[in-house]
Amino acid sequence: MSMQDIIDTLAGIEPGSALDAIRARRLQARENAQKSYLSLFEPIDAGDVSLLERAAVAAFVTGLHGESPVATFYREKLAAGAGGAALLESIDAEILRGKTSGPYGSYPAGPLSVENTAGLIYRVSAASKPSLGARLAAALEHAHLLLFRPRDAASSDMKALLDAGWSTTGIVTFSQLVAFLSFQVRVVSGLRTLAAVNAQKEAAS
Amino acid sequence: MSATVNPPVAFTQDELGWVSWIDPLPEAELTERHYAGLVDRSRAKSEYFRLLVRDPEVLEARTKTDKDIFYNVADGLPRAERELAAAATSRYNGCIYCASVHARFASTYSKRRDDVQRLLDEGVKADLGERWNAVVKASVALAATPIAFGPDNIAELRRAGLDDAEIVDVINGASFFNWANRLMLSLGEPSK
Repeated sequence: MSMQDIIDTLAGIEPGSALDAIRARRLQARENAQKSYLSLFEPIDAGDVSLLERAAVAAFVTGLHGESPVATFYREKLAAGAGGAALLESIDAEILRGKTSGPYGSYPAGPLSVENTAGLIYRVSAASKPSLGARLAAALEHAHLLLFRPRDAASSDMKALLDAGWSTTGIVTFSQLVAFLSFQVRVVSGLRTLAAVNAQKEAAS
Repeated sequence: MSATVNPPVAFTQDELGWVSWIDPLPEAELTERHYAGLVDRSRAKSEYFRLLVRDPEVLEARTKTDKDIFYNVADGLPRAERELAAAATSRYNGCIYCASVHARFASTYSKRRDDVQRLLDEGVKADLGERWNAVVKASVALAATPIAFGPDNIAELRRAGLDDAEIVDVINGASFFNWANRLMLSLGEPSK
């Protein structure tokens, strides 16, 4: 593969390290996590979701997880892309407005209702709407729902995206993007934690 | 889309259906590019996969990531505990469909159906013994936003007997279900 593995890069895994060897035992998963990243950010067809939309959503989603090498990476990716710099200010402002703790939300009425937990129903600010546009504003609102209160998702949320100009195929790609990033940011966080624990142990011995 | 959706209102190990809220591709319109995305041709029968195959490259990579994380048991964490991580993550995120599938797998591979049912009934704080508690707690910490997984989770998993390769299997399995849960919960709904 021409490009270095993105999870290894973000988690700081060096070739020849113990974690490199462990990841090599799940080679198909490692290669296909990389292919997932490439097919989302360097797609053969960006007709239904533009590269700019992908980068903006990625900066928003990873930023909502808090500061991390992953969030920095996608923020820089947005800044470096065509039209991205103009969106940075709005994305940063929306991350601040959207930050909360999850998962929360409601279950179908019944025995699980006692577990219903209220929380922020995020909406894009009026100030950010002109720079984001209707499609991206709807996407950020839906991404926030996916991230923090996925069990609240309803068919009406699909309609909101369709009404904002998203195609059915675009909704699938966009949903995969948010869901994939939810995976990637956690794998990186987990691997970094393990590496840090081991580095501390080595330093102490 | 179907008028006969009967959504479950509790977590269960029963087999559930899943109904899409937006249009999957009709089976008759699938091309070889789509079949490559489906990986297993038989998945063309599934409404869920015929929806995701609208982006075949992403589906193919997602499916192969999934299969290796869960099915590659040449070494590392036993399958039962990978499924436990998937079920615990799904229970915590609130995905009744995903939890049903992976609770069933956890029961099948562990032969501890009653303990798995307690995870579903009582939630992620159910006391399932040291080793399972450590796996569930680590999965839940990873699923939280902001992510709450830390050195204490690693220490607990090690005390429960997991080595680093097995801990990476927990990280991969739990993280993957933060991907799967969000698709299943937001593109359609389960039906009894």
